[in-house]
Amino acid sequence: MSFPVLFGVLALLTIFGYYLGRSRALKTAGGQVRNLHSLPNYYGYYIGLWCAAPGFLLLVGWMALENTIMDSMLIANLPDSMSSLPAAELSLLLNDVKNLANGDIVSREVIDLDLKDAAAFYGQLLTTSKMLLTAILVAVTCGGILVARGRIAPDLRARNSVEKAAMAIMIICSTIAVLTTLGIILSLLFESLRFFQMVHPLDFVFGLEWSPQTALRKDQVGATGLFGAVPLLAGTMLISLIAMCVAAPVGLMAAIYMSEYAPTKVRGTVKPLLEILAGIPTVVYGFFAALTVAPFFRGLGLDFGLTISSESALAAGIVMGIMIIPFVSSLSDDVMSAVPQSLREGSYGLGATKSETIKQVILPAALPGIVGSILLGVSRAIGETMIVVMAAGLAANLTANPFEAVTTVTVQIVTLLVGDQEFDSAKTLAAFALGLILFCVTLVLNIIALTIVNKYREQYD
Amino acid sequence: MTPDMNQSIPQDTAGDSPVTQSQADAVKLKARNVKVFYGEKQALFDVNLDIKANEVTSLIGPSGCGKSTFLRSLNRMNDTIDICRVEGEISLDGQDIYDKNIDVVHLRARVGMVFQKPNPFPKSIFDNVAYGPRIHGLTNSNSELEGIVQTALEKAGLWNEVKDRLDQPGTGLSGGQQQRLCIARAVAVSPEVILMDEPCSALDPIATAKIEELIDELRENFTIVIVTHSMQQAARVSQRTAFFHLGYLVEEDDTEKMFTNPTDERTQGYITGRFG
Repeated sequence: MSFPVLFGVLALLTIFGYYLGRSRALKTAGGQVRNLHSLPNYYGYYIGLWCAAPGFLLLVGWMALENTIMDSMLIANLPDSMSSLPAAELSLLLNDVKNLANGDIVSREVIDLDLKDAAAFYGQLLTTSKMLLTAILVAVTCGGILVARGRIAPDLRARNSVEKAAMAIMIICSTIAVLTTLGIILSLLFESLRFFQMVHPLDFVFGLEWSPQTALRKDQVGATGLFGAVPLLAGTMLISLIAMCVAAPVGLMAAIYMSEYAPTKVRGTVKPLLEILAGIPTVVYGFFAALTVAPFFRGLGLDFGLTISSESALAAGIVMGIMIIPFVSSLSDDVMSAVPQSLREGSYGLGATKSETIKQVILPAALPGIVGSILLGVSRAIGETMIVVMAAGLAANLTANPFEAVTTVTVQIVTLLVGDQEFDSAKTLAAFALGLILFCVTLVLNIIALTIVNKYREQYD
Repeated sequence: MTPDMNQSIPQDTAGDSPVTQSQADAVKLKARNVKVFYGEKQALFDVNLDIKANEVTSLIGPSGCGKSTFLRSLNRMNDTIDICRVEGEISLDGQDIYDKNIDVVHLRARVGMVFQKPNPFPKSIFDNVAYGPRIHGLTNSNSELEGIVQTALEKAGLWNEVKDRLDQPGTGLSGGQQQRLCIARAVAVSPEVILMDEPCSALDPIATAKIEELIDELRENFTIVIVTHSMQQAARVSQRTAFFHLGYLVEEDDTEKMFTNPTDERTQGYITGRFG
């Protein structure tokens, strides 16, 4: 049986265990719920967990280890001429064997007897593995159900056990989130280390030129790639700055209007509408920026005698700012609305005007949340890719002029990894180093903001 | 409104000049046929009440009888509630406070308010008290502001407890201290009237006693209207008492008379604890 079917079987057994637990508990209690320590449902969950937990662990473990174990068994069974091949070719060979066994298309034209033998052996392994798994699964789950059923008695503290299990599941889930983040960071770190073996870290962090071409032949133009990240960082900062110059004031003002001035009805309509802005795919913003906003600015520039290139930091930044507005406004609105009405009334009671109340009471009290929302906007701006790919250009100019084309870290990561690439060239590994830099920048920003918030926060009860 | 009346009324004086003795019996606030609606529901019916200067007037009555609503209409705090509508006439020193030409901000500077739950701003003790004087531009210099803050805190009986920690957050004080801070904050603006909405309901007996003492002292300089659920408190601090029931002003008289010999049967029932 295949894995989906096995999971289905496990689910059915668990449901069966649940009903078994309920009826068993009621029976032992003589049909009287009040004789039981916990509600009958908990006895159901109790058996269900005893069935599902070991079964689930078994299935996941088997899925994780099956391939590795079967590969090594397959290799051990191959004739020496094949098993002594270099790693890359061996994995190609194994692929062919598996494809042959599954009846898929094989990459090589001549299929010799050895290969056919291996395929037959693999097919056999596969069948054995699945049969073995099915047998063990049924044994484990039925065993679990039986053990748990034997334990059910009116004074069994089923609720306590189930609650403990629920907590364990929640802990596991949160651990998964943390571990995944950790894994991503570590993989960034190790791949970056490989990159830094080819390019000196100082050249990377402080280098002023970026042209990541790696040549096929030594004598080609641009054979020596230049990996200076400064232009990319500068571009990212420039565009983010422009975006935040649009998003922060507009978003904040919109939030103030919505939470303090707007009648309930208006707020009920405007807020969801603004949040729709957040749902527009960034690629739509991207072509909006590239096809509408950028030409508009170029035309405007011509009227004023300025040269604005058709792919400019200005266009990308402004459109990105519009994209970020709903993040800032919606979150800020929420934190401002959460400021207690009693503080407003206290201020009005002293003869403060609405604007004085907002400036001196509401905004300081809501400051941590507002900074948080703006920070969220900044990290969106730094990480945003699609708009800048389409509207800001690819040229790695080191400039502070928003009318010129610039490029950002994210854009370069995209261009480095799009298309066929060797996975160990400096060009591809540079992407990891860039990712690491982005990560560090956002981390530092977060720390700075947290410090600011803690220093100036005005806590209300 | 006659022109000479207009002249006699200082528009936005922040003077803390106490009303002189000759004016002591003057009516400070006058309510005529006041009706308040929340949407369709009418919360107050034809309330007529005179509140005299330099007296403490207490408003008593069972929950939901409209006494807080009445209090909040005296400085137009009800304006902050969208569905609330006030009819009738309320005048401060003879001037209709619901008149179109009245700036509600000036009105609230003259008629301050202290709330049921202490609501200090999340700022330092000093900034809490200095808030009002700052927004009204009452001072030109820092030393003057410090003087105002100190006077206000002294009037609220809080100075000795907080003078060494003026820069600490007001929210860090105890409940009773917070309420006195709120009173100091109201006093600092030098209003003419202070409205208090159950100022002691969240406080323990000792803090309550302190605030009651304070109210008695404040009477010298301010006109005070207090809403309270405690009969004893009304008897202790006020000179006049008004009894509200189901949105109607049932009876108002000298406190002593109200508590010893009320005219209305309902008042009698309420103050002896037979209902409410």
